[in-house]
Amino acid sequence: MFAYIVRRILATIPVMAVVAIFVFALLYLSPGDPAAIIAGDTATVEDIVRIRAKLGLDEPVYIQFGSWVWRLLQGDLGISIFTNLPVSKLIEQRLEPTVALTITTLIISVLAAIPMGVLAAWKAGSWIDRVVMVFAVLGFSVPIFVLAYMLIFVFAIWADLLPVQGYVSITSGFWPFLSHMILPSAALGMVFAALIARITRASMLDVLAQDYIRTAQAKGLGSQQVLIGHALKNAAVPIVTIIGIGVALLIGGVVVTETVFAIPGLGRLTVDAILRRDYPIIQGIILIFSGAYVLINLLVDLSYTLIDPRIRY
Amino acid sequence: MTVAPSDIALSAPAAPPRVGWRQRAWRYVRRHPTMIFGGVLLLVMLMMAVFAPYLHTVDPQALSPIRRLRWPSAQYWFGTDMLGRDVYSRTVYGARVSLIVGISVALLATTCGLAIGVIAGFTRWVDAIVMRIMDGLMSIPSVLIAIALMALTRASMENVIFAITVADIPRVTRLVRGIVLTLREQPYVEAAIASGTSFPLILWRHIVPNTLPPLLVQGTFVAAGAMITEAILSFIGAGTPPNIPSWGNIMAEGRSLFQVAYYIVLFPGIMLSLAVLAINLLGDGLRDMLDPRLSRRL
Repeated sequence: MFAYIVRRILATIPVMAVVAIFVFALLYLSPGDPAAIIAGDTATVEDIVRIRAKLGLDEPVYIQFGSWVWRLLQGDLGISIFTNLPVSKLIEQRLEPTVALTITTLIISVLAAIPMGVLAAWKAGSWIDRVVMVFAVLGFSVPIFVLAYMLIFVFAIWADLLPVQGYVSITSGFWPFLSHMILPSAALGMVFAALIARITRASMLDVLAQDYIRTAQAKGLGSQQVLIGHALKNAAVPIVTIIGIGVALLIGGVVVTETVFAIPGLGRLTVDAILRRDYPIIQGIILIFSGAYVLINLLVDLSYTLIDPRIRY
Repeated sequence: MTVAPSDIALSAPAAPPRVGWRQRAWRYVRRHPTMIFGGVLLLVMLMMAVFAPYLHTVDPQALSPIRRLRWPSAQYWFGTDMLGRDVYSRTVYGARVSLIVGISVALLATTCGLAIGVIAGFTRWVDAIVMRIMDGLMSIPSVLIAIALMALTRASMENVIFAITVADIPRVTRLVRGIVLTLREQPYVEAAIASGTSFPLILWRHIVPNTLPPLLVQGTFVAAGAMITEAILSFIGAGTPPNIPSWGNIMAEGRSLFQVAYYIVLFPGIMLSLAVLAINLLGDGLRDMLDPRLSRRL
């Protein structure tokens, strides 16, 4: 078991190495002079020279890569071209809203999607099943920002129940925080919830066809006990797996959601960085987001032994 | 085992007549109306994109400052934006960008994924390297890969297609490689190798035909995802340049005016959702048709 954990943790190293090489190499694989593109169309020669020096583009590639990785390992993500501030500091400033939004969305989606999937599988073929499947198809089809604007229109403008946009830290009260989180979480979580509901339904359908479910029913257990205690417990591994993989959808969606709802988080930072072509910030954000994704999926992998005692390493 | 034909006719009920694949497909389609709905909707979208100039549209870039922010009416079906441009015409023309990006990315990503996946599936040392790279790339959310690429290139439709394709290749590669690994062990492939069939011929006869059905299904989902990503990139200002109307662009321009003129965001948003829905329904139907094992479950 311990050996497995160590091996699994070591396995994340090559993955993160590929991510690091990718974000580094992009600067060189892109057609044309990256310094000129980052400087924009109105740049002077001095601007381009300045940016080239700042990115270290005037040194040999292997030296650049070596020193970049060395600084990375020390937690130094480089300096923003536009603001001249360290990227790690900029990311730190914007971290809280994004983490709050992602975790709220994760909780709401999972709490909504798993019961939907369980019900759909239990009443397979009924109208409940149909409604859940329609939700799943729509969840995959309506893009986050389209859904976001529909929600804003109905709940914030027409019904005037929730704020249109903005972010309030949880330190200034739970309801102000939550009221600003409901619409963004609903918009961001739709695809994620659709995915989880779909997999939950599929996994439950498989389990409900097993003999031990019939036995449990035959010995007179209530349907709730059968569904939660016997079926869901055995269907949990694929569901937890898809929650881990689906986090990529949340992370990708954060960029758009924060733009629509004017939330000052990492997504907003990304968009500002694109508009100013501030590549060190984009590099840093990709590394942070991918690191978080790899870490979550590491935890998911390690959780299998807790969920299913049959799985041993 | 020697039974006279007349005995069969007497003992067993008449076997159902063999039906051709055409009839089977038609029967299937009738039982899955959502797939037909998706197909027809997609066809309508394609026609709209192709015949955009003839659908009662005006020049989508034509400015008309005196007619700014008109609400939808008989003259301006979807209203006008802050520069007085006709939102209906812009939305109809926007279908072109979305569909071109969706279809191009699906074709390019499946072709590249097929090539890389086949090579990886057959060559062990390539497999070891390529799959490590793909694992790494798959841990970067694909929107972010596209964003990073767009931040380093100039805004153009070709670059958008390229950026989204790069982000989608790892998933296709992984799918193809998985199929190739199982196919390689199949007796008919081993027999072909043993009897000295040339490698290109094995690829052409056994490997490629067997990867096509799942690739087709994957291709539809890649196309749907690419259309959403294109809209996201354009929406945050890193996609199709502003001089080409795309659904993401139109929505980005209407963003700041949402509270006074929500129709600018609404119509392209609905069109985008419908287009993606159409492709998803078609893809779901295709998957059920090509893999009956899955159809019960998902």
